[in-house]
Amino acid sequence: MDGSARERGSLRLSRGTRRRQRLAAAAGQLFLLAVTSLSALAVFAIFYFIARDAIPFFRLEGFKEFFTSTRWYPSAEQAEFGALAIFVGSGLVTLGAALVAVPLGIAAAVCLSDVLPFSARQVVKPVIEMLAAIPSVAYGFFALVVLAPLLQRSGGPVLAAAAWIVGAPVAALLAFILSDLLADRFPERAQRRARWAFLILLGSGAVAALSVAGRALSGLEIPSGTNALNVSLILGIMALPTVVSVSEDALQAAGRELREGSYALGATRAETLLRTILPAARSGILAAVILGIMRAIGETMVVWMASGNASQIPEPWYNLLEPVRTLTATIAGDMGEADHVTGSARYHVLFAMALCLLTVSFLCNLGSEWVLRRTRRKAGG
Amino acid sequence: MNTMKTTMAGLMAAAWIAGTALAGDANRIVVDGSTTVGPIAKAFAEHYMEKNPGVNVTVSESGSGNGAKSLVNAACDVATMSRPMKNSEKKAARDAGILPIEHVVAMDGIALAVHKSNPIADLTVEQIRDVYAGKIRRWSELGGPDQPIVAISRDTNSGTYECFETLVMNQQKMGEKVEYVGSNGAIRQRVMSTPGAIGYVGLAFTEGVKTVTVEGVEATPETVVAKEYPIARPLYMYTNGRPKAGTPLADFAGLSGTPEGKQMIADTGFVPLP
Repeated sequence: MDGSARERGSLRLSRGTRRRQRLAAAAGQLFLLAVTSLSALAVFAIFYFIARDAIPFFRLEGFKEFFTSTRWYPSAEQAEFGALAIFVGSGLVTLGAALVAVPLGIAAAVCLSDVLPFSARQVVKPVIEMLAAIPSVAYGFFALVVLAPLLQRSGGPVLAAAAWIVGAPVAALLAFILSDLLADRFPERAQRRARWAFLILLGSGAVAALSVAGRALSGLEIPSGTNALNVSLILGIMALPTVVSVSEDALQAAGRELREGSYALGATRAETLLRTILPAARSGILAAVILGIMRAIGETMVVWMASGNASQIPEPWYNLLEPVRTLTATIAGDMGEADHVTGSARYHVLFAMALCLLTVSFLCNLGSEWVLRRTRRKAGG
Repeated sequence: MNTMKTTMAGLMAAAWIAGTALAGDANRIVVDGSTTVGPIAKAFAEHYMEKNPGVNVTVSESGSGNGAKSLVNAACDVATMSRPMKNSEKKAARDAGILPIEHVVAMDGIALAVHKSNPIADLTVEQIRDVYAGKIRRWSELGGPDQPIVAISRDTNSGTYECFETLVMNQQKMGEKVEYVGSNGAIRQRVMSTPGAIGYVGLAFTEGVKTVTVEGVEATPETVVAKEYPIARPLYMYTNGRPKAGTPLADFAGLSGTPEGKQMIADTGFVPLP
């Protein structure tokens, strides 16, 4: 009898065990729900606490000066809190970083996913991703101690060399493509000759343009190496691994079938890449770009060390050779003295800046989400 | 969050009460005031507590003005200040039955540094002010080479900035092209590597750069102490009445006159009095 009872117990759960199991399952689900909602709650909490300290600033000083004046003197007796130049500085540096990271990152991702052989990719991708592992203070130190003096000492020649290194391959590629397209309009017999003629014409034109640009650049003198250009380059390099990684994933996700279908229709590799794979991976690449930009806009240490922190709008506004001040560097640099006990405007203005930064990245996120959803619907319909 | 806030408020209130109650306790010294003098007071406190384990020294840095207020409210024993006490503060102290006694603990001097290749040897305070206010933009306007001036300042948080603003800028505001960096070392680094740069640093940070004389006076500890060098100021500690000889307070406030005290002052980048 004992034996049969035990046997029955092992097959059918007693009511107590079943209840315990149900409770355990509920507890587990609750725990997972709590963990998941914790990160969402953290976002709301950050928003709430930053807004709570930012609102007193606007109540004390109003909106007008903050958003329209460029005079930033938070420590003066008659304090002035004009942050327009700081917003422009953040925007300029981010734009510069995007100009570096986006073309380079997408080109590298295409190269990794569709051009390089598998064995080379196994080596190159981890090396690029290593860029993300370098601490930002190390980047800042490099920018301050190596790049800034280099720009000051021989900024013109360095820029000219950079123009050649970047410009020459791009110009060569464009010349080939354009001469091909133009030659197509000629009758079949003359096509070969026309292609060569166009290639030589366009090529020498590009060389002439590049050497004019190079000479103009090499005459430049950069009085201060801690400027927007320096920071843009470094931030671009810092954003590179994000852009490469995410867009390479998107290109991979476009799938083998798409590539083989394109080849089967007689397309070349270039046509497959440009006409099929890149459009298919467009939304993923856009997400990569937005992630990269957010990486650049939020970086603090590098800009605090190497952007010069001069609160001015460069003249003209796109002049990357002028020192600028960014939101992140201002928050980091001015926090020390800002008195949180007395709750002065000088303290709350930093939270107003943080709120603006947070809003910008929130909008960026929403934008990328919207684009993703739209392209998905289009692809689906 | 609310509980945390209450706890914090409670702690702060407790600390305030403790500070008020214990100022005057012979075995406890409460120091409050200037962020500039803070490093000296902290070095003194560490040194003093090591030598006298029975005495507890706490140092806060809430600014010179708050230091004076604390002394008047009997919330601290020593108020550290980077400026002399104003007449209004002295009057408030007298009304509260406090007799502030001034001790000059050290001198704070700021040297003007330029790149080694820069031929400029001397600047007046007015010229320096115009450079930082953005009125003079090229070295050629000061008799130097024809290149733009890169003016570099400390961040507005630092005591060095405050000192420079008080002694040089004279109510004028920094120009918009002035660059800001976070430390004396960073200024030296930037000036060392930038031919057109000018920066200001504490006297201990002039290695590797060229210092210019100001109004014909070189920035050295001697000229700073003799008050010949124009960009220099004394740093103060204030006590309520002259502390009785032999008490911990007298020993602590007198540290700046001892050889160890002078060494500590020099180590923190200031100039000890002879």
